[in-house]
Amino acid sequence: MSFIKTIAMGAAAAAFSLSLAGAAQAADISGAGSSFIYPVFAKWGEAYKKATGIGLNYQSIGSGGGIKQVTAKTVTFGASDKPLDDKYLTDNGMVQFPMIQGGIVMMYNVKGIKPGELVLDGATVEKIYMGDITKWNDPAIQALNKDVKLPNEPIVVVHRSDGSGTTFNFTNYLSKISKDWADKVGSDTAVEWPVGLGAKGSEGVANTVKQTAGAIGYNEYAYVIQNKLGYSRMINKDGKIVSPSLDTFAAAAANADWAGAKNFHVIITDQPGAKSWPIAASTWVIIHKDPQDPAAAAEALKFFAWAYKNGHPEAKALDYVAIPDNVVALIEKSWGEIQHDGKPVYMAN
Amino acid sequence: MTSEATGETKFSDRVAISRRMRLQDAAFFWISWGSAAAVVLVLLGVLGSLVWDALPAFRAFGLPFVWTEQWNPAKGQFGAAAPIFGTLVTSIVAMVIGVPISFGIAVFLTEICPKPLRRPIGIAVELLAGIPSIIYGLWGFFVLAPVMQRVVQPFLINTLGDVPGLGILFSGAPYGIGMLTAGVVLAVMILPFITSVTRDVFNTVPVMLRESAYGMGMTTWEVVRYIIIPYTRLGLVGGVMLGLGRALGETMAVTFVIGNSHRISASLMAPATTISAAIANEFTEATTGIYTSSLVALGLILFFITFSVLALAKWLIGRAEKF
Repeated sequence: MSFIKTIAMGAAAAAFSLSLAGAAQAADISGAGSSFIYPVFAKWGEAYKKATGIGLNYQSIGSGGGIKQVTAKTVTFGASDKPLDDKYLTDNGMVQFPMIQGGIVMMYNVKGIKPGELVLDGATVEKIYMGDITKWNDPAIQALNKDVKLPNEPIVVVHRSDGSGTTFNFTNYLSKISKDWADKVGSDTAVEWPVGLGAKGSEGVANTVKQTAGAIGYNEYAYVIQNKLGYSRMINKDGKIVSPSLDTFAAAAANADWAGAKNFHVIITDQPGAKSWPIAASTWVIIHKDPQDPAAAAEALKFFAWAYKNGHPEAKALDYVAIPDNVVALIEKSWGEIQHDGKPVYMAN
Repeated sequence: MTSEATGETKFSDRVAISRRMRLQDAAFFWISWGSAAAVVLVLLGVLGSLVWDALPAFRAFGLPFVWTEQWNPAKGQFGAAAPIFGTLVTSIVAMVIGVPISFGIAVFLTEICPKPLRRPIGIAVELLAGIPSIIYGLWGFFVLAPVMQRVVQPFLINTLGDVPGLGILFSGAPYGIGMLTAGVVLAVMILPFITSVTRDVFNTVPVMLRESAYGMGMTTWEVVRYIIIPYTRLGLVGGVMLGLGRALGETMAVTFVIGNSHRISASLMAPATTISAAIANEFTEATTGIYTSSLVALGLILFFITFSVLALAKWLIGRAEKF
């Protein structure tokens, strides 16, 4: 079934991009990168096209690819769930600002365990991904789930095979939980995984987990919901059990101190707060300060301003946390840096 | 340009004809020379650009690049051992499964098969070659992998897994995806190539030889073993090598079912990666120069592996010709 669905979706996407090409507007906004943000970008693009007639051509190729493409100036903007450091931004003459926030959820495919039934904590997830816990009925998992009948089946660990911001936030969380993980594996868009299967893209991880009995994976929440997969509740930093939802993602996001961070460099994994979801993440948009095509950059910024202002319903429907208004004001002020001939290419008001 | 009135050819016409023919001949000569040279140039160009782009990786890691297992984009540490290992193991698995089946099909088609069935079965095998590799990948991922995980791999682990020595190949958890599954998909993909070559060379055995053998009271097995295989040994090597070359370089189908993990494991059930799968998977995300260069270096290594296989095949055939 999912096979037919995949093909149908592929065909629909192809038809969609063809119709975009048919409309052939010079003003189409081009971007590439994070697949974390892709579900909501797709919805915003549709709505924006209806409102303004200008389309969004966004390739969901992973954060690593997005950074590479925007650096090479093949797209107007890149999107990454890993913030770039000051040096990289300065060296390449780029700026970044947050676009959306959301949650990364542990998804699983275990017979007889319903979505949301399982509870996991950071230490257990770390041991599973380290290869120390290999069976679903391991005492460590059983201790967290006293009433659940866990099968004596091997755990199939699934991770991303491509450069991914989701991987960055997930491994950042595990590094905060465990020194062992931080020393041996570390945190980046692609790491040397101790165990597991690699799958390409968020879509690939979702499909592989769906396809493999006993599999566990990490993914943006929208992919879990869309694929109707099992997901776990988590124990957060305060020791409370939380379910993945807009509320818990927003609670984690509320801790972010955007104003105090240079280049909006804030990571929101493992945040304090009784309601905070432990693996929350943000997606940044990356764009050149002195754009090659100022008109295209202005169109892109216009779209972002529109999305900050009007994109809340789409974001909420997919359980993403919109950027708060006071932060949007900071971001739009920062756009003054994006200039051509000494003048900002676009200022929101 | 014969003058029709007299039926004779004027001298000047004859000169013109011969000049035109000479021009034609020269043009033909250089065009065919050019075509041949183009092949060599393209080959050298590919090799040259591979070497050039792979240089940074070899400069950074030296020759140990070839036998280092570590592949860590975060730390900028790269080694080719795991993809090389995965490429060789999946190809060997494919050959172990694919070659006997191909020979079986070829023997059946040429020796045993009733005439009316020959064409349908032959066409069915050849159609396998026409299926795009991406379809094999989808089939492997959605159909074969779950069957492997639920049925085949648990069976292998419970039976062969307990055999001393051999057991290590069939140990661990049934992932469904991994080197064994990739090998099975590859085996299906190389079947038509080996089968059609094998069948064609089996058909070259003179009818007289074959009939004499049967006439002497040989069984079908004995005819195949003592008459057909010795007579066609050369072609068989060629067919097998053709299949091996295909298996070594196959990308899409393998990428789906290999598990994309840069590790060397003794167990065939374990996820791994191959050279071409690693390149296909990681090229778009290779954000640093050394990362890209390491991937190109992988490509160069694959180039050498396939080149060596071909060279070995030629050498084997050359040796066989002397008998």
